[in-house]
Amino acid sequence: MEYFLTEQQKLIKSLARRIAEERILPVRAELDEKEEFPWAIVKDMANSDLFRIFIPEQYEGLGEGSFALCIAIEELSRACCAVALTYAADALGTVPILLYGNDEQKQKYLPAIADGAKLTAFGLTESAAGSDAAAIKTTATRDGDDYIINGTKQFITNGGEAEIYTVIVLTDPSRGSRGASAFIVEKGTPGFTFGKKEQKMGIRASATRELVFHNCRVPKDNLVGREGLGFVVTMKTLDSSRPGVGALSVGLAQGALEAAVAYARQREQFGQPISAIQAVQHMLANMAMELEAARTLVYAAAKTIDSGAKDFTEEGAMAKVFATDMAMKVTTDALQVFGGVGYMRDYPMEKMMRDAKINQIYEGTNQVLRNVIALELLKRKALRE
Amino acid sequence: MNMVVCIKQVPGTTEIKIDPETNTLVREGVQSIINPFDCYALEEAVRLRERCGGKVIAISMGPPQAEEALRETISLGADEAILLSDRALAGSDTWATSYVLSRAMAKIVDYDVIICGRQTLDGDTGQVGPGLSEMLGIPFVAYVSTVEEIRDGYIRVQRMVEEGYETIEMALPAVITVVKEINVPRLPSLRGSMKAKAAQIPVWTAADIGADGDKAGLAGSPTRVVKVFFPKRTHKSEMLQGSLDEQLDQLVQKLEEIV
Repeated sequence: MEYFLTEQQKLIKSLARRIAEERILPVRAELDEKEEFPWAIVKDMANSDLFRIFIPEQYEGLGEGSFALCIAIEELSRACCAVALTYAADALGTVPILLYGNDEQKQKYLPAIADGAKLTAFGLTESAAGSDAAAIKTTATRDGDDYIINGTKQFITNGGEAEIYTVIVLTDPSRGSRGASAFIVEKGTPGFTFGKKEQKMGIRASATRELVFHNCRVPKDNLVGREGLGFVVTMKTLDSSRPGVGALSVGLAQGALEAAVAYARQREQFGQPISAIQAVQHMLANMAMELEAARTLVYAAAKTIDSGAKDFTEEGAMAKVFATDMAMKVTTDALQVFGGVGYMRDYPMEKMMRDAKINQIYEGTNQVLRNVIALELLKRKALRE
Repeated sequence: MNMVVCIKQVPGTTEIKIDPETNTLVREGVQSIINPFDCYALEEAVRLRERCGGKVIAISMGPPQAEEALRETISLGADEAILLSDRALAGSDTWATSYVLSRAMAKIVDYDVIICGRQTLDGDTGQVGPGLSEMLGIPFVAYVSTVEEIRDGYIRVQRMVEEGYETIEMALPAVITVVKEINVPRLPSLRGSMKAKAAQIPVWTAADIGADGDKAGLAGSPTRVVKVFFPKRTHKSEMLQGSLDEQLDQLVQKLEEIV
């Protein structure tokens, strides 16, 4: 398929692929096995300006948008979804500042993020607030020129490794979701520590950790937007980031499909390569079709965002759900093509399948996002009547 | 601190083919790359700039298409690149190349450290670095594995020798050649790649650098490659007979004959 990339996008794609093949591929199994955060690769990505892609030019970025970011994420994920997630989650943590930060905040944080000197993370989920994000209990209480944050965030990607955290807390618990606000909290702020480091089924090189706030004092300058805007910040941030999760899945599935095609050509049974068997060919064909459909949807959603559209909730949700369901299926089928060895840790297929699962869960479960898509459909119909 | 890095564009293959008719390397259909050892030299220069400021100039003598390799050096962190290209320079051996580069350095004027790879992939001589320092009359250390300290007019390096390492101090300006142990070269950056695309790469001719025609190119090269060939491979095998002990005795005897 021809996607008409610009010269700059082609450059981004080829450089991300080089990093994936030269720096990620040789260590992905080891990082997975040891549950090790990929700092050396993060440094390579920073040196190659990958963190500049989504930052505006006036803040030391390249001023490319969601589409270019998705291309980079996809190429990285083709080698390792966990490493690509570390990168994508940095973009997620940056979006609230990009969309709602004031000039001082942008000036203070964006150049360091663009430089790759500081990673970011987004903190929303709590133990009692997953899909029901409005059930968060972490609070921020005004005290003079400061706010005092108390509570615990759970399952935070890049937790413990990032320097800059955008967290969603309640400044007015009596108003529910309308009483939520977004704050920037820097690592090292007194009262801000890290709790349990999660041991996961997949994406094991990615850091997933609790953020613990105990009387953590942050200046009012760290409020993103204004008080009560926290939920809007959250929803808009996730709308923007969902094509990125789609891109993680497209890249992951691409890696799985390529591995399956290569293996099918080489594996012999009944005196012929299994690629000569029609049942296998049809599996590969189905994988390729579904993958390409997902890629097209992800790119279209990203380009919708880049076009300056005001509302892209539905597009983002569709791209995320379709691509992540596709990746689960494609990685499962790719492993099936490998047969018994695919199940063994000596081959990357079982890792790909483990890595795929989380994509159906985080940044809005695929069930909640189907609700979102349906709601948009029904809203439109109701408006027309 | 200004660093000049000398690079060469070489055929990017380990399966070198030689044209039996002309005794020269077959370059058709072979992708050209920056000599891998020069990539370590470039990376070290970029790191020195990051450490103490200044600029990195990449320079190469070669045909017009060597511009491509110089463009790549900019994507990898070089600030400027200069191509030395002229028919009068073609066919230079290591002596003439050292001379031509020394003339270019005289035109650059403001340099502190000249960094080269330890040798090239195709020529394999390792002579241009030391040759250049001789022509310039400045100090030289080969096989540098660490730059320990560098400041105005002074450098302290560690170099690899067969028995271990030596630490050497020199006055600047100086020439060093580096080994691959010195660093891990970075990948290109996006900003660098964009800069590389737009970069103007000046081409200096023999006249531009005031190179004497008798000392450059084929005319200035005392070396003549008479013949390039693959050595004929011969191997003999002999099966030892008898019991294991007898075979062992025979083997020991044969080894003793050789030693």
